[in-house]
Amino acid sequence: MSTLEIKDLHASVTTDEGPKPILKGVDLTVKAGETHAIMGPNGSGKSTLAYAIAGHPKYEITSGEVLLDGESVLDMTVDERARAGLFLAMQYPVEVPGVSMANFLRSAATAVRGEAPKLRTWVKEVKSAMSDLDISDEFADRSVNEGFSGGEKKRHEVLQLALLNPKIAILDETDSGLDVDALRVVSEGVNRFRNESNGVLLITHYTRILQHITPDFVHVFAGGRVVESGGPELANDLEKHGYERFVKAPA
Amino acid sequence: MTSQEVAGLAPELKGAKKGQGETPVLSAGERFTSYDVEAFEVPSGREENWRFTPLKRLKGLHDGTAALDGRATVTVTGASAETVGRDDPRIGEAGTPADRVAAQAWSAFAEATIVTLDGTPDPVTVTVEGPGAGSTAAAHLQLRTTTHAEATVVLEHRGSGVLADNLEIVLADASRLTVVVTEEWADDAVHVSAQHLSIGRDAVLKVVSVALGGDLVRVSPTVTYRGPGGDVDLVGLGYADAGQHLEQRLLVDHAVPQCRSNVLYKNALQGEGAHTVWIGDVLIQAAAENTETYEFNRNLVLTEGARADSVPNLEIETGEIISAGHASATGRFDDEQLFYLQSRGIDLESARRLVVRAFFGEILLRIPTTTLPELRARLEQAIEAELAATGV
Ligand SMILES: Nc1ncnc2c1ncn2[C@@H]1O[C@H](COP(=O)(O)OP(=O)(O)OP(=O)(O)O)[C@@H](O)[C@H]1O
Ligand SMILES: [Mg+2]
Repeated sequence: MSTLEIKDLHASVTTDEGPKPILKGVDLTVKAGETHAIMGPNGSGKSTLAYAIAGHPKYEITSGEVLLDGESVLDMTVDERARAGLFLAMQYPVEVPGVSMANFLRSAATAVRGEAPKLRTWVKEVKSAMSDLDISDEFADRSVNEGFSGGEKKRHEVLQLALLNPKIAILDETDSGLDVDALRVVSEGVNRFRNESNGVLLITHYTRILQHITPDFVHVFAGGRVVESGGPELANDLEKHGYERFVKAPA
Repeated sequence: MTSQEVAGLAPELKGAKKGQGETPVLSAGERFTSYDVEAFEVPSGREENWRFTPLKRLKGLHDGTAALDGRATVTVTGASAETVGRDDPRIGEAGTPADRVAAQAWSAFAEATIVTLDGTPDPVTVTVEGPGAGSTAAAHLQLRTTTHAEATVVLEHRGSGVLADNLEIVLADASRLTVVVTEEWADDAVHVSAQHLSIGRDAVLKVVSVALGGDLVRVSPTVTYRGPGGDVDLVGLGYADAGQHLEQRLLVDHAVPQCRSNVLYKNALQGEGAHTVWIGDVLIQAAAENTETYEFNRNLVLTEGARADSVPNLEIETGEIISAGHASATGRFDDEQLFYLQSRGIDLESARRLVVRAFFGEILLRIPTTTLPELRARLEQAIEAELAATGV
């Protein structure tokens, strides 16, 4: 049973003009078996939160804590965090020319599982995970994300989610840029992953993905922190009224 | 004359003694050439074609102080080779030295090796072994195809010592040749090599150069088309370690119509004083209509203290071409790529290796595995070893 605890997290982004504070005291706990949706205006710091948890070098944690099952994540390197069971599906997955998807997936699975998966079962496993997500075989030989359409990139993020089977998955706008069919396929992928022993933190702008993936909690993120939390009904409220009341509220 | 006076191509300063080749050199295509070492001034290091090379490390190849009394051992397997004297009429068919060290080698070699490729299907291996530590040598090698012949040659350089040589590749009309040239020298070795690549009508040449070893390796290929329809691919990779100097100076001289050239060189550098130099001169002369050419150099600087120089030059004297392009890019590891790989559990060292392997993969893929099943794997391993040695 896993728990991700984010406690009073403050973080800055490194810019040419120096550090710029973005996260201003984030408090959030995701327990196993739970799905949390985070919604909030552009630029409010949602991706920053995701990157800060994953350990992107551009973001500096100025105070606060992130604990995975009681262990401080912030003391770990990026790869240690992933091996500890954190996964971030990125809003903008990175292209890695010359590294084949097949090679990449196997390297990642080997790292996260602590040993190289047996070749025969691995090939089957990848094939079936790809077909679950309607990804054609030819992608295995293509360079990681290179020349992939926006939707193809997102499918491959969910493919990695399926193969790496993390304890806590952070999905940063995995639904953005997907057509109706892709949204269904990707949502099904996330739902296959969800179980009693893992947790999901889903960052989104749209309630349509929440029709497929029912959240247990919805959080409103504004000005670098969680400003309100509620149940799934909060999402509908946001859809109707927007973020106005949160953005205008004094900090 | 200074380099600023010449627009377009990097001017090969003539380097000729007074009274010889006096006219100013306008472009790389009109550079001074001679078989005679004494026709060239001793380079001072300020000349355009020597300014990147650490002359002190040439062991006297450039100023006449190298004894050149050693001997490089040339072993040929898979084809018959002739050992010929200096007066063999075929010598010099592919070109003439354009710098003092090439002319020095030409003036000094005692006998040359000529390998005639008449269509033997199996790959031919030519191994050149350096003269040994502390010794200097001059050598001359010619690979020549017969009309319509198709061949694959692996030209390996290994061992110790100092070698100046000329390599002539003479492609007969409608022949096809793939050559993989490896520089797998010991740490002390110095190799200064002029490659004269002469392309017959409708002939196809593919060269894959792999430079890994040696203290200083400077290779200068010149491509000359002898008739229309010539097609040349020059690809290469270099891996420069701390203190190592790897230099590639290419001139592709399009003087006849309907020819194609494609140049792609990639270098990786790591460690203090690692230095790569890539000069890519492409000249499209007025007569060379329907030329198609592209050249690209990419350098990956893996650590601080390393330096990559890259000078692509394209000089076009006719508008009647199909395409001409050139580009050069030098950069470090992409942090976003490394972050992405690490975020999937892959440790930093492995992530860097994946990226370097991918970087060179594009070049190594050109080594045909059907004819050379083991070579690519061997070179991949050699690169892995380089990576492991410095813990990148
Ligand atoms: N490198 C940077 N330099 C300057 N500002 C930056 C940099 N990176 C992020 N920011 C700023 O940090 C703020 C938060 O960005 P972030 O990407 O976390 O927002 P977001 O909530 O994910 O927005 P969106 O909904 O558009 O994805 C924004 O104002 C952004 O401009
Ligand atoms: Mg975002």
